Amino acid sequence: MTEVLPRLETRDADADVGGTRDPWLAVGLRVLTASPIGTIGGVILLFWAIVALFAPWLTAYPPNRIDYLLIADPYPSRAHWLGVDNLGRDMWSRIAHGARTVLTVAPIAVLTAAILGSILGLLAGYRGGWIDALITRIGDTMLAFPKIILYLIIIAKFGASAFNIIAVIGLTSAPIIARIVRAVTLDVKNRDYVAAARMRGESAAYIMLVEILPNVRGPLIVDFFLRLGYTTIAIGVLGFLGVGLPPPDPDWGGMVKETYGLLFVYPHMTLIPCLAISTLVIGFNFLATGLKEAGQDG
Amino acid sequence: MAETGDRVREWPMPDGATAPTTTAMLTLDGLGVEANGRRGSSRILQDVSFDIAPGEAFGLVGESGCGKSTVALAVMRYLGRGLSLTNGRILFEGRDVAAMATAELRALRGNRIAMVYQDPMSSLNPVMTIGRQLIEVPLLHGETDAAKARARAIAMLGEVRLPDATAMMERYPHQLSGGQQQRVVIAMALMAEPKLLIMDEPTTGLDVTIEAAILDLVTELRAKFGTAILFISHNLGTVARLCDRIGVLYAGRLVETGSIRDVFKAPAHPYTRGLLAALPEHKAPVAGGGHRRLSPIDGTLKAADRARTGCAFAPRCGHVEPVACETRPIALTAVMGDGAHMARCSRLAVVAAAKPSARTSMPAAAANRGQVLLALDKLSKRYDLTGRFGFTSGASIYALSDASMAARAGETLAIVGESGSGKSTLAKVVSGLIPATSGSATLRRAAPHSSAPGGRLREAESPGATEDTGALHTSAPGGRLPTGESPGAMQEEIGTVGVDQRSPDTRRRIQMVFQNPDSTLNPSHSIEFALTRPLRQQRGLSRADAKAEVLKLMERVRLPADLLRRKPHQLSGGQRQRVAVARALAGQPDLIIADEPVSALDVSVQAAIVNLLGELLETGDLALVLISHDLGLVRHMADWVAVMYLGRIVEYGPASQVFAAPFHPYTEALLEAAPKPDPDASAPAIVLKGNMPSPTERLAGCGFASRCPKKIEGVCEREMPPVRQFGAHTIACHRELSGGATTSV
Amino acid sequence: MLRFAAKQLFNMGFTLLAVSLLVFMLNEWTPGDVVSKILGPYANADQVEKVTREMGLDRPAIVRYFEYMGRALTGDLGQSIVYRAPVASILWDRLGNTLLLAAVSFAVIVPLSVVLGVLAGSREGSFTDRAVSVFSSITASIPEFAMGVFLIAIFVVGLGILPGTSPLRSDTGWPIWSQFVMPVLVVTLYDAGYLISMIRTSMVEVMRQPYIRTATLKGMSFGQVVRGHAVRNALIAPFTVILLQLNYLVSGLVVVETVFAYPGFGRMMLEAALAKDIAIIEAGTLVAVVVTMLTQLFGDLGYMALDPRIRV
Repeated sequence: MTEVLPRLETRDADADVGGTRDPWLAVGLRVLTASPIGTIGGVILLFWAIVALFAPWLTAYPPNRIDYLLIADPYPSRAHWLGVDNLGRDMWSRIAHGARTVLTVAPIAVLTAAILGSILGLLAGYRGGWIDALITRIGDTMLAFPKIILYLIIIAKFGASAFNIIAVIGLTSAPIIARIVRAVTLDVKNRDYVAAARMRGESAAYIMLVEILPNVRGPLIVDFFLRLGYTTIAIGVLGFLGVGLPPPDPDWGGMVKETYGLLFVYPHMTLIPCLAISTLVIGFNFLATGLKEAGQDG
Repeated sequence: MAETGDRVREWPMPDGATAPTTTAMLTLDGLGVEANGRRGSSRILQDVSFDIAPGEAFGLVGESGCGKSTVALAVMRYLGRGLSLTNGRILFEGRDVAAMATAELRALRGNRIAMVYQDPMSSLNPVMTIGRQLIEVPLLHGETDAAKARARAIAMLGEVRLPDATAMMERYPHQLSGGQQQRVVIAMALMAEPKLLIMDEPTTGLDVTIEAAILDLVTELRAKFGTAILFISHNLGTVARLCDRIGVLYAGRLVETGSIRDVFKAPAHPYTRGLLAALPEHKAPVAGGGHRRLSPIDGTLKAADRARTGCAFAPRCGHVEPVACETRPIALTAVMGDGAHMARCSRLAVVAAAKPSARTSMPAAAANRGQVLLALDKLSKRYDLTGRFGFTSGASIYALSDASMAARAGETLAIVGESGSGKSTLAKVVSGLIPATSGSATLRRAAPHSSAPGGRLREAESPGATEDTGALHTSAPGGRLPTGESPGAMQEEIGTVGVDQRSPDTRRRIQMVFQNPDSTLNPSHSIEFALTRPLRQQRGLSRADAKAEVLKLMERVRLPADLLRRKPHQLSGGQRQRVAVARALAGQPDLIIADEPVSALDVSVQAAIVNLLGELLETGDLALVLISHDLGLVRHMADWVAVMYLGRIVEYGPASQVFAAPFHPYTEALLEAAPKPDPDASAPAIVLKGNMPSPTERLAGCGFASRCPKKIEGVCEREMPPVRQFGAHTIACHRELSGGATTSV
Repeated sequence: MLRFAAKQLFNMGFTLLAVSLLVFMLNEWTPGDVVSKILGPYANADQVEKVTREMGLDRPAIVRYFEYMGRALTGDLGQSIVYRAPVASILWDRLGNTLLLAAVSFAVIVPLSVVLGVLAGSREGSFTDRAVSVFSSITASIPEFAMGVFLIAIFVVGLGILPGTSPLRSDTGWPIWSQFVMPVLVVTLYDAGYLISMIRTSMVEVMRQPYIRTATLKGMSFGQVVRGHAVRNALIAPFTVILLQLNYLVSGLVVVETVFAYPGFGRMMLEAALAKDIAIIEAGTLVAVVVTMLTQLFGDLGYMALDPRIRV
């Protein structure tokens, strides 16, 4: 019955470093200095963010303008940097506008999941008891459901739209985020500062939102970027399977699907959107790795 | 002797300057270790030199961050990534460890030199049986016969006094108690009969009685196997008990070395003197009636101190002299003629001439002092274990049983006991974090007196309650006294009332200081937020008033106001603990519960927090409940002591009486077991065997019977001990005691 | 142990029931659909009503649900509209193909991930670690369809040494075994990247534990420490995840199957979803959930076998 008391080591010696810097700036700087991988990821994401933001001004042609005359020579040229696709639409314009689509839909979907998952995770972890049992049970059931099949059923049932994609991804990712938040909550709620808050008579909502939630930030931010990566892949896959965003608006997965049959003839039509989506996901994953490394460092 | 800097004899000694003395088994000669990270390099160890003779026990002490564990790992040539040996040599049996080939090094590790670690649980592989982990050692070092290795492992488990060694072989680490795990680690280290045993904080984290038993075992095994020991500890008491010689490390430099007697009796370096002065005296009269101050060492060790050319301790030293101390490197200098006692200080004579800092005593405040603010009566907490489907499984944990005691204004009530004794449960019940299952805890208001702050006290206390001074059972139990719910009520029942059900005023009146400085403050919030929130929420102050009040609080706990904008991780452990005290004071409480408030802090920092807590009692309005396993601290601070074992109070009374004449065998054993920083202190006469029984068993007799050296066969384990009263002193024991009036349980 | 298994089985049964009901209800929301699908767009209201009654679709959903479940237990999973055949015959055929692909991939992925993950994690920060980490991070970032396109561009279009489609027919001019190479390669690269980083993280964590230091200071060589003390501990945490890959490999292969025209379970589900072939969707979902839950059960059991601290 001899419990081991907490270890008698506090880092008195090194506690005096660091002043009162802005934490966000500090984290940003640390990622830059601590992790070359994170820096590469940041640069890639910055590129795509700029492309998405300024797509209308960076492109010379509307993304959906069909020009059959161009199909005779669809390869990259001075007029069309990345060539044209099977309907003679400008590839660069479609890629740039496709970036817009994915960089709008994915963050909204992940943010939805993060908010929903955080609320559920906080409730489950802090309240415990039957609330925890119920939330965990429902979450497990949702996770037991093969995700891609769930997408297929729901999209097949309710049709393909940006809203449906956001809803499906938001709902299916929420249990995973809830799990992360719940685990941290279970740990944090036994900390002395939570006991101190309870002794002050703080409400449960205050404790969850002010005392616990800020401490979940670290793992949540890393997960946010990883999840943006997964979500980008998921959106691409749905497009590729033909259940993504409805045509003709540009969607990278859909572009691959439409031109996949022409891979042997005009490989650039397929390869370029594949490269686009791959680099974007690499950017998200690298940045997440960098954030994780920076977090461990500091 | 050593007045002039250029005449002194320097380390290494002239006769040992070229070759290590033949008698030394381990010689560290000018050891330097550097850490190279992204943020540049820093010196971890600098010019560390000492040697250990065969069979000798050398203690290396220092506070966290001083580099003592790095010394141990350097001897094993196991420096972590980023650390490198930059200077000096490590000679083991005449061979340079740094120059060894990999194969030679592997033959050394675990065979000639073995190590025992701080946290035994994490030092053992969780997925391997004890047996496999033990047998590995001889099989790695030449033994080819697995059966012989196994027989040796079983024999060694017997040597470390583990019961049923054969069965132990098949067990996994998590199935053992902390003390047993450490015995396994020691057995593992001794498997190859090493010449040198390195022990890195081997008893830190273990209970004091378990610690005493482990130290006993090490002393015994050392005599039997003739093993030399490098014993690393932050605890001067354990070093004094076990070692022949001692080295004191500060900021990676050896500041003093010598025999235990020389260093403890006549410390030469200001740091060593400071360390010893910061400890509560184990022989001084017990607190009761006024609080003596400890002498903390000012300031903290800063990262920049390591890089200093001169003395690293200079910024914190009271004897510092700019030229002598800070301009050039300072060598180890002989304190006495023979050079056995040396210190790294350029002002030894000045320091020696200085009087040891007097322990100023503070006047005890009169006023409300002694009035009972909190009375506990048969307070009990039982946890019913629930089965798989929510039904009670019948088993219960009796975390707290029939605890009765009182906390008084201006005084400290100390609750001592080992982990699992129920002392923390008691703290949580009083604080309302866990409501009790039965019994009562009555929170009262002190009678108003002339200097009552802010006219907070509105109702006079009834005469009946103020007369209730000592005995608990003689007075009316809390349940019969009128209890009130309104904030102004004279007294209020809080024992079975959870914190959510308590009135805001009651919540304000009871505050807590927690053990762990790492988790006492929310890492996401600034210090300012941590202090402002209780002021706004509990005292309803306006933003501007709260701001002014925060500054006052910071001043009261002696913290500079510029720390307010920082986050907890930017503060040292001691500073965080001060903020925790300030937060507790924010609500202007009547009762502060301090749960092991200094056990996670370094000795030199502990003293300042202890003084701070002592100061709080000066006004005489506040009662302090101190939960601690550290008997030295309790002796220093307590006016009243309650000794707990297995959820029950075994002895309770005024500290002066309990410490002077402990009645209960458990109290006696605890006092004996506490390591004392005194080479003259005798080894404990009573060393408890075994572990505390599981709290799920409802024992018919005394909970301590299974370990009691004075057990009365056939009585103690069958019947509950009677609770007997000698004036204010209460004891629960079957043994015959003279002059006691027995009251029923 | 028995109690644990019983509890797990009970939970599985509960989840299965919940999922099946959910899928059934989802498809119930628009009951006219099935009939109009069968009759085509030109059927009139009378016909629709007649067929609806004949098929028993006018009765309460809950009754039909239990009927359906009853039939499902005897192996009758209904008729497929798209394939115009009993669901069972198509389902087991397609599932068999997918299981074959999954088994081959699993056999490649697991040893590869364990070796690379342990190699990288045992020496954190080394060149090997950096290289493996970046490599696995990149391969896990490339969606399967993009990976398929890249590999086809190289090996099929560029080098011409492998078939670009895998219909599992010998009349394509390529031997059957060669048709497995590309799908397995794509799945392996995508999935192993994820597993490697999981195992690496766990290994890094384990290598920092004090018991690794204990083992080293017993006098063990680095290899002995890694093999004897680290690997087993490092595999505890990722074990469940490793087994869950089986789950991905069964229901997540839809993309790879589509890229390579592989006649598998995933593509069947896709086609059924696009054609609103409810009988297939229902049956397929149940099968996928059963596979998931079985892997979870085995994951838990294996977890307990690996870690003596978790025993029931």
